[in-house]
Amino acid sequence: MTQTFIWTVAILTVLGLLLALILFWVARKFKVEEDPRIDEVEKVMPGANCGGCGFAGCRAFADAAVKAPNLDNQYCPVGGDEVMQKVASILGFTVAAKAPQVAVVRCNGTCEARPRTNEYDGAESCRVKAALYSGDTGCAFGCLGCGDCVAACQFGALSMDPATGLPVVDEDKCTACGACAKACPKHIIELRLKGPRGMREFVSCMNKDKGPAAKKACANACIGCGLCAKTCTHDAITVTDNVAYIDFNKCKLCRECEAVCPTGAIHGVNFPKELDKEAVKKRIADRKAKAAEAAKAAEEKKEVANG
Amino acid sequence: MGKLTFSMGGVHPHDSKFSRACAIEELPLPQTVYVSMAQHLGAPAKPLVAPGDKVVVGQVIAEPGGFISAFVHSPVSGTVKAVAPRKDLAGNPVMHVEIAVEGDEWDPAIDRSQDLVTAIPDDKAAILDKIKAAGVVGLGGATFPTHVKLSPPPGKVAECLILNGAECEPFLTSDFRIMVERPKEIVVGAAIMQKVLGGCPCVIGIEENKPEAIASMSAAVAELGYPGIQVQVLKKRYPQGGEKQLIDAVMHRQVKSGGLPIDVGAVVQNVATSLAVYEAVQKNKPLITNVLTITGDQIPVSQQHNYLFRIGIPLSYIVEHAGGIPDSAAKLISGGPMMGKAISNLDATTVKGSSSVLYLSEAATRRQPETNCIRCGKCADACPMGLEPFLLNRLYKVGDLDALEQNAAQDCIECGCCLYSCPAHIPLLDQIRQAKGQVMGVIRARAAAAKAAAEAAKAAAEAK
Repeated sequence: MTQTFIWTVAILTVLGLLLALILFWVARKFKVEEDPRIDEVEKVMPGANCGGCGFAGCRAFADAAVKAPNLDNQYCPVGGDEVMQKVASILGFTVAAKAPQVAVVRCNGTCEARPRTNEYDGAESCRVKAALYSGDTGCAFGCLGCGDCVAACQFGALSMDPATGLPVVDEDKCTACGACAKACPKHIIELRLKGPRGMREFVSCMNKDKGPAAKKACANACIGCGLCAKTCTHDAITVTDNVAYIDFNKCKLCRECEAVCPTGAIHGVNFPKELDKEAVKKRIADRKAKAAEAAKAAEEKKEVANG
Repeated sequence: MGKLTFSMGGVHPHDSKFSRACAIEELPLPQTVYVSMAQHLGAPAKPLVAPGDKVVVGQVIAEPGGFISAFVHSPVSGTVKAVAPRKDLAGNPVMHVEIAVEGDEWDPAIDRSQDLVTAIPDDKAAILDKIKAAGVVGLGGATFPTHVKLSPPPGKVAECLILNGAECEPFLTSDFRIMVERPKEIVVGAAIMQKVLGGCPCVIGIEENKPEAIASMSAAVAELGYPGIQVQVLKKRYPQGGEKQLIDAVMHRQVKSGGLPIDVGAVVQNVATSLAVYEAVQKNKPLITNVLTITGDQIPVSQQHNYLFRIGIPLSYIVEHAGGIPDSAAKLISGGPMMGKAISNLDATTVKGSSSVLYLSEAATRRQPETNCIRCGKCADACPMGLEPFLLNRLYKVGDLDALEQNAAQDCIECGCCLYSCPAHIPLLDQIRQAKGQVMGVIRARAAAAKAAAEAAKAAAEAK
């Protein structure tokens, strides 16, 4: 009996040592030479493996960063500037600071504003629904409400608001990885500049139908009237296909467009004060009156000069 | 010969052909028709008329927008009111020609008499031109331009023309009614297509649940005496009317993945298409009418109809004419209950391929809540293409496009047998349809890249 024990232990020990030696030798012999900086870079990455940078994961990003001649084409939206600075310092590059972005839902067709015209009872997936038909409201461009974006978000930054039937972005959690924008079959989610202290203006509508049709489908729709574009003094607003778009690189956050929008399709968020529409409208009217006066004066001057 | 059927999969839904006894009635004309420019598979047609133009019945109002496309003719006489986008059945904007109906004046070239013309013209090219000019498309569901299908690519020979009278979708009776009421025209149409295809034999496949159609078609075949046409009785099984299934049933040949019916020597045409070919070639009448069934599962017989309609009549007008939407209807479907599409927009108009308006009750249509897959394999048993729907569903969820392609998601014919047979009510078809779309995208992109590379290589070789 004891003999069996001794033999077993002895054989297994010898076998273990032998295999360990072989493994040790194999690990030495076939070691893959890798740039140690890849590990270093990976360590400072957020480790979410979300794919927001366009690479398969954080390690793939690190690998590409080490091999790249500069970091111009790479950006980790999750880690932002902080992480990019660390990566740059490890690799000896310099990177320019990028303004943080955030996902913005460009549809405000709430259940009240956008009446249902039919009932959808198919699979709970925006993609499936979009493939079947234009949706259960009169608007063929707006949110379908099945929550593909919520499912796509790895950071828990999106949730469906049961009252409005629209997704809500939690700005603190959103890393601007863009997964939701890719998941949305209607392309209503856009990555926009977060703005100073989170303040930003955007047109919360994508309806390309003509004014009356858009208005019929949704009370909050952009009707493409162009008032905002006419009012904007910064040349930030364009109206194409009956829908306005605010260029966030040009917008100066004056909120005049928001005040003149007849349907409330333009949203301003995170402003410290509530928008006083009347005051802003008065300001615009005064400015226009002054401009008209100035033009008149110039005209008169011209006439005088001409004799 | 005994009754035939296809070898793999399939389901047996109740046939529910409640409107089988309703004779075809001609639908009166509305005040306005809206003719869609996308009534066929392929590129939309290009409108040739402008607002204010006067048109007569049968006049060309749009020309093909590509190789796979078709002519569109005016179904009414009157004045063109607008050429503008309008929402189709799915709510997506499609170009439509709006025509205000004034009288009913036909193009004088069209023979409107009921006389049967049995003499078949000799010139194949002329026949094909006539079919093309008449805008004939496949009326079995896919609306593929018929003249393209009747011109096999070089090197391919049609060994058998199969006329599809299976009408395996439950509820629908439009094909059944034309086989009962106009069998001779269908047989002449078949003989014309035989001629075009070089005299191959023709088999008319009809399911066993339509004995009247089998009798009338057999009588017409015997009476007219064209060589090489026979009626074949098929077992009742869905989706027998699927092109590949019908070829399997009749010829015992399988079309391989990615292949076309002509690869195994088959050309399949619907009986309604055959009637359209007859009218185009013998009567000069373009495809401007079709038969549509109005029926449902809890609908009084008085509200069930088989209508001969002019293309472009809005669905709302047809529904109104048939007595309005019954109270029992919870869902309206265009097409059969298995493959048809729910109607979300009654303002949409009828198109060449419109086959029905179904009123289905709450009990018949309500989706059950989805539960977990229990790996019972019923979907794999039911799939007529030999796919594994449960696996495809899973692969789609993890987004593995390579594996989806290996498992032939692109071969799905969207018949819905998997969804029909799933005891866990998993929306298998919805997911697989998405997967199919994505895989087809990958295959197309690869083909385009290969073509570009080949062209670049050719250009480089020529440059040398």
